[in-house]
Amino acid sequence: MIDVINLTKKYGDLTVLDGITETIHEGERVVIVGPSGSGKSTFLRCLNCMEDPTSGSIIFDGEDLADMKVDINRHRQNIGMVFQQFNLFNNKTVLENITLAPWLIGRKKVKGRAARAELKAQITARAHELLQRIGLDDWADKYPSTLSGGQKQRVAIVRALAMNPKVILFDEPTSALDPEMVGEVLDLIRQLANEGMTMVIVTHEMGFAREVGTRVFFMDGGNIMEQGTPQEVFGNPKCERLQNFLAKVL
Amino acid sequence: MDIVKMWQVFWEKFSNPDTLKIVFGTGLINTLLIAVLGLLIGIVIGTLIATVKVMPKYKLLPRVLDKICSVYVGFFRGTPIVVQLLLTYYVLLPLCGVSFGSLNTAILVFGLNSGAYVSEIMRGGILSVDSGQMEAGRAVGLSYSTTMMKIVVPQAVKNILPTLGNELIALVKDTSVVSFIAVVDLYKTFQEIGNRTYEYLMPYLFMALIYIVLVALISLGIKWMERSLRKSDRRN
Ligand SMILES: Nc1ncnc2c1ncn2[C@@H]1O[C@H](COP(=O)(O)OP(=O)(O)OP(=O)(O)O)[C@@H](O)[C@H]1O
Ligand SMILES: [Mg+2]
Repeated sequence: MIDVINLTKKYGDLTVLDGITETIHEGERVVIVGPSGSGKSTFLRCLNCMEDPTSGSIIFDGEDLADMKVDINRHRQNIGMVFQQFNLFNNKTVLENITLAPWLIGRKKVKGRAARAELKAQITARAHELLQRIGLDDWADKYPSTLSGGQKQRVAIVRALAMNPKVILFDEPTSALDPEMVGEVLDLIRQLANEGMTMVIVTHEMGFAREVGTRVFFMDGGNIMEQGTPQEVFGNPKCERLQNFLAKVL
Repeated sequence: MDIVKMWQVFWEKFSNPDTLKIVFGTGLINTLLIAVLGLLIGIVIGTLIATVKVMPKYKLLPRVLDKICSVYVGFFRGTPIVVQLLLTYYVLLPLCGVSFGSLNTAILVFGLNSGAYVSEIMRGGILSVDSGQMEAGRAVGLSYSTTMMKIVVPQAVKNILPTLGNELIALVKDTSVVSFIAVVDLYKTFQEIGNRTYEYLMPYLFMALIYIVLVALISLGIKWMERSLRKSDRRN
């Protein structure tokens, strides 16, 4: 689904990603773990070109996203992203947060008042459906600042879902949450996993990584140092740095 | 002339229905029109310039636009508004062979001028919005400009509303120079009263009072807006 070819990212002299080649397949749930500063976020953010790669290719839907000439906005509609800090649109209600992008993007494709009204109704109904799913439909007309962290992150996840993405990227989705709210967010991600959603998740929750991941990347120093099934990576780590890392976090 | 006499002379002229009509129906209205419409034009221009200023500068186009905006802001902040009025009214418009009246010219020049100042205010406002808002917009596939206009700028405007109010106050006061291009504003009407009565102390004092009241009213408006915004923040 996403072919990463020889991806490097440099900030000035600092090499953050050092020539990564890897494929993320449809239906996979790739979990990325590793010490702080190892390049996990940068790798994830290169997948939808939120950071432009210094060199290398990101092949998605037959096009190289790293090529400045591709219509990156169109591809990003198919690649959902969930942030550590939620990043809900503060000036929009919960419902509008979900409908905004589908509406702004969708309305360009339909002509005529009636067709647009129908599209709007469709998008709104779908948004309510998604909110019901996470038990927040009563909050549809509230603003994000009234929500708890866990509620915000669940809205952020359904905001991504509303675009019907082919893959969702999560960057430490629970790291900014109070401990009692971590569970509700992980539950939702788990549900998506069970429905077969392709996901790439950067996380410090090792238990969750083990449970939900189909493949685990261990990143260190801008490289994927070791990878395998959760059983292999957590149960039988080969490289010494992974062993040290696991000793610290487990 | 003693003070009482001065007042009587002034008041007799001022309270005349024709004078009142000129002062409030023409002078005050023109002053407010120039300031308010000028600010609105300024907000549009200022937002465009600020957007260019905060744009990533990898590509050539944003760099060129950035230069153009810098020249624009440099000119309008670097020359007195009177000079801008005179140049536009007596040189630029005649050269281009267009004329659309002195009032419209004043509104246009104040708008262009205010755009330069608002661009700086707006840039600060945009930078005060968390960068995660732009990222979230881009991540769902919205373009840079759509995210800017639908997500970032509305939040920026909310942050800078009080500062924009101060810009309006500055504009109201600055309009007092538009008589240079023959616009009848508040100042012009009181000067006219002086010209007729050969007595300037009372007209100018009274004019000052009206400006003070105008500014006070705008300040009140700003305070009220700030309060209701803070309330909506809490309610949110
Ligand atoms: N915009 C930037 N400019 C300069 N250096 C950066 C930038 N973004 C990240 N870096 C550097 O790149 C390196 C990798 O950062 P990255 O955020 O990818 O790490 P990470 O593995 O996600 O760490 P964490 O677990 O702390 O989130 C770090 O050394 C960081 O300082
Ligand atoms: Mg990170």
